[in-house]
Amino acid sequence: MPDVKKFLCVSCPVGCSLSVTVEGTKVISVEGNTCPLGEKYAHSEVANPVRTFTSTVRVRGGSLPVCPVRSKTPLPLSRVFDVTREVAKLTAEPPIEVGSTLIENVCGTGVDIVASRSLPKR
Amino acid sequence: MSGLRRVDVAIIGAGPAGVAAGVAARKEGAEKVVVFERDWEPGGILQQCIHPGFGLHTFGEELTGPEYMHRYLERAREAGVEFDLNTMVFQMDKPVSSDGRKAARFWVMNPSRGIEQVEAKSVVLAMGCRERPAGALGIAGSRPSGVYTAGAAQRFVNMEGLMPGRKVAIMGTGDIGLIMARRMVLEGADVVGVFEIMPWVSGLRRNIAQCLDDFHIPYYLNQSVCELHGKGRLEGVTVVEIGADRKPVSGSEKFVSCDTLLLAVGLIPENELSRMAGIEIEPGTGGPLVNELMQTSEECVFAAGNVVVVYDLVDFVSREGERAGASAARYAMGRLVKGDREFKIVPGDNIRIISPQILTASEDVTVYLRVGSPVEGKCRLRADPGLSSQNLRYARPGEMNEIKLRADKLKALAPDVTNVAIGLEVL
Ligand SMILES: Cc1cc2nc3c(=O)[nH]c(=O)nc-3n(C[C@H](O)[C@H](O)[C@H](O)COP(=O)(O)OP(=O)(O)OC[C@H]3O[C@@H](n4cnc5c(N)ncnc54)[C@H](O)[C@@H]3O)c2cc1C
Ligand code: SF4
Repeated sequence: MPDVKKFLCVSCPVGCSLSVTVEGTKVISVEGNTCPLGEKYAHSEVANPVRTFTSTVRVRGGSLPVCPVRSKTPLPLSRVFDVTREVAKLTAEPPIEVGSTLIENVCGTGVDIVASRSLPKR
Repeated sequence: MSGLRRVDVAIIGAGPAGVAAGVAARKEGAEKVVVFERDWEPGGILQQCIHPGFGLHTFGEELTGPEYMHRYLERAREAGVEFDLNTMVFQMDKPVSSDGRKAARFWVMNPSRGIEQVEAKSVVLAMGCRERPAGALGIAGSRPSGVYTAGAAQRFVNMEGLMPGRKVAIMGTGDIGLIMARRMVLEGADVVGVFEIMPWVSGLRRNIAQCLDDFHIPYYLNQSVCELHGKGRLEGVTVVEIGADRKPVSGSEKFVSCDTLLLAVGLIPENELSRMAGIEIEPGTGGPLVNELMQTSEECVFAAGNVVVVYDLVDFVSREGERAGASAARYAMGRLVKGDREFKIVPGDNIRIISPQILTASEDVTVYLRVGSPVEGKCRLRADPGLSSQNLRYARPGEMNEIKLRADKLKALAPDVTNVAIGLEVL
């Protein structure tokens, strides 16, 4: 029995409302998207929703006490809380370069956690 | 106090608007371009916006706020823009006449150099906006600690590593509040609900999906916080339903236990300096009245970014910053050419804010606007007489719309036409 799932594409700030016809985990058709990214998002959202993860890590002796970080690419939404706990354990040492890897393959997701700004020593 | 400092183009504020203005002013050929910033580093509000969602238009990928700023600041360094950090502009005088042109004068304060007076051939105002505070809302009850604007809480968590509280209620569905709801949950707090007084969400719908729905955070429309409880620290708030007449429904009050209340109830352009300098402020936007060159009512003063009108996409801020910076540079070099017409933009029904408000037909222009209440269905934006029109799938207060107008079409309008009407037609 095909089923229609309705959700928002969050790939860009336009936020198109998607209507996705699925059979189990198989996508039959996607409507409501304005660009091809929406179609891609619909497939990924049905199979395994992923999001870009952002947070901060503690820094000892930096010009700020925390440094913002992100997942280099989106990671499974279902793992976000595991990743948060892992990131909370880390204390980074300055100087930190934007884009430098702070945690490799976080929680076995295959995705790295990288710094999203540069942070000099205090 | 030292003597008068002279610069060609002075920019006040090193957020995305000011930095883009600096880059464009240098590219246009201005010699000494200085950005004055009160903070210890450039970047403005984006340094605390660590979530993704920036730069899809400008860089073709989705960046976090600090990453977007990092890239833009590299452009500024390459272009030879100077930054004067830890420097607050605290007073702006009315522009003076000098060599047949106007020049701007203002006063700055810096911890090592003290107070200085600066004269600039032109100025770009890029001070951003501030959040509507608790005091502006008239909430009853006690005045405990634990009540913050969402942006202040964002700075505490993302830049100072401090947690404002553990059990959080959020008032208003502005984007900063939605972003902070998710952020507080990721930091281990419990977000009990988001309460919106209006029948619609004021932020981007994507933020409802990815900040609230992803984390099962409930939000309630037509509900408002009407009373604070607690001595010393906040212990809870009273929430009331708002009826169709927009008045509180008596008997609908309920107590919500929380130790923190975040306010995401609107942003106001920051224009104290503009007022001091006698610059005309547009009541609709709360920012300076500007033409398509981003020139204010004082010919040597330009403005861009959230100081003019509150934008939701930084890409637009950068674009308008560039426009203001290029115009300011041309003015400083004595070659800014205004168009030879002057039109006033007249917004139609349900158009709440619009920018720019004056057109001189010097160049093609993008007009930005926001609707007052949502139109959920096909509609058409039109600029008359017969300038352009554009179909929209919907129009919502949380999302800015734009309409492009061509200079040649404006120039071709009959000489007695002095108004351009921009309206929204529901189809
Ligand atoms: C929480 C939040 C989330 C957002 N999310 C997104 C998003 O996901 N995607 C997106 O594209 N956009 C987003 N935006 C919008 C966008 O980032 C802003 O509109 C943009 O940053 C505004 O830039 P600005 O340069 O006008 O102001 P600001 O960044 O506020 O910069 C103003 C600067 O001026 C300085 N200043 C002010 N007064 C003085 C003075 N008197 N002397 C010296 N310096 C002064 C301030 O210190 C500050 O550095 C978000 C905004 C906020 C607040
Ligand atoms: S479908 Fe395309 S335009 Fe629509 S929200 Fe997704 S990415 Fe943006």
